[in-house]
Amino acid sequence: MISEIKSSPLEAAHVVLGAKLVPFAGWNMPVQYTSIIDEHTAVRTACGIFDISHMGQFIASGPTAAAWLNGLLTNDIAKLGIGEGQYTLMLNEAGGVIDDLIAYRTGETEFFLVVNASMIDEDFAWMDARKNANVTLRNESAQWAGMAIQGPTAVEVFAKVFPDETLPPRNGIMTTAAGAVVCRTGYTGEDGFEFFSPAAEGIAWWDKFLAAGAKPCGLGARDSLRLEMGYPLNGNDLSPERTPVEAGLGFFCALEKGDFIGRETLARQKTDGPAVKLTALRYLDKGPPPRAHYPVVSADGTVLGELASGVLSPSLMTGIGMAYLPAEFSKIGTPLQIEVRGRLFSAEVVKKPFYKPAPSA
Amino acid sequence: MNNPADLRYATSHEWVRLEGEIATVGISDHAQEELTDVVFVELPAVGRAVDAGDPTAVVESVKAASDIYAPISGEVVEVNPEVEADPSLVNTDPYGKGWIFKLKVKDAAHVSKLMDAAAYAAQIS
Repeated sequence: MISEIKSSPLEAAHVVLGAKLVPFAGWNMPVQYTSIIDEHTAVRTACGIFDISHMGQFIASGPTAAAWLNGLLTNDIAKLGIGEGQYTLMLNEAGGVIDDLIAYRTGETEFFLVVNASMIDEDFAWMDARKNANVTLRNESAQWAGMAIQGPTAVEVFAKVFPDETLPPRNGIMTTAAGAVVCRTGYTGEDGFEFFSPAAEGIAWWDKFLAAGAKPCGLGARDSLRLEMGYPLNGNDLSPERTPVEAGLGFFCALEKGDFIGRETLARQKTDGPAVKLTALRYLDKGPPPRAHYPVVSADGTVLGELASGVLSPSLMTGIGMAYLPAEFSKIGTPLQIEVRGRLFSAEVVKKPFYKPAPSA
Repeated sequence: MNNPADLRYATSHEWVRLEGEIATVGISDHAQEELTDVVFVELPAVGRAVDAGDPTAVVESVKAASDIYAPISGEVVEVNPEVEADPSLVNTDPYGKGWIFKLKVKDAAHVSKLMDAAAYAAQIS
């Protein structure tokens, strides 16, 4: 199947800003505007804005929507009050990850789901095939422009653009007077919010956030920021062959809530301990930036696996990465090596996150 | 774009400064701007013989690793330890402190087959 590459509703703004656009998850998206390191630093020290229009939005509603979603997702959606959200995962029957997403309760019987761009069609097909007569599921992905405004001064940027509105608390969601959706979430470890507006209004909002002090940031910085926090990226760190327990995301799997797809495997792995674990590695010395698929080697030279993600951390100025490794090699402090173009570079297992953002004022 | 007239250029964006039989090699201003944020330079071993077009060094940005090719055949006689210690020199001074390696060339006449500044400027325009 040949699929056309999609354009963000904000693309014209990126072109004016001189962004480098690259294909990502079927979308033509900005990877950087000026410099990944500058953009990364802006988010860690002030405020950056990312185009996230490629991400998908589903609306699930109906009298049994909550119970239905609880059968499809790992976290306990019954714990959400109206206006609250949670990180959650959708699994296949074997407990492997189809997608990770954020689910918000926007009404007693209505939920707003934000899913990964690359998985919109697959997620929708999976969910649609399993819904019942009392549930309505709509894919609104094409109707929304999305932006993530992130950094220690994101709250000030919000106040300039919305002097009469109040940001929701962490993981909360609200609708502005103008009909846009604001979620107090992000993928950088910094304070901030994600913002969704009707697609046609996207550029006008983008320009307002820029005028209020947000610096345009591309997917390059988005990746280095999320990896410094140890946040997984579906397709790299999550896959249908790996479970959330193996990925270290057991906290988001509410085994006690009752049955859901994939639960059996998770329960077994939680009891027995997973055989492999997504393990955080950090270089001990200087070296070439670690990247996905580089081999991870034990101290005695045995290849144990490969990096699922890797980057030269702009905050730490050292190589960091994550790899699925046999559990006995995942203990903090275990000496390991990363192979780059035939040479071995010393690394050790560290605790996530790699980088701790400064507490917000 | 800054392409000094006294240098020769390869289609793969390396520049060459020939002095006697020694060719100094780096990457062009255009190349460093495309790569942005050079964070790592892997230098070749001194003494290594290379043919024109051989991957000889690696320059890495946050996002990607790029091979640097030998623009002409020769033997690596010197590498720049400063770009190993401070890779950003490739960005800030690509034709000066950001040089990468020096070759003792096999045949200095081959350098004249590389592009001059005007031809290179046309390639990247």
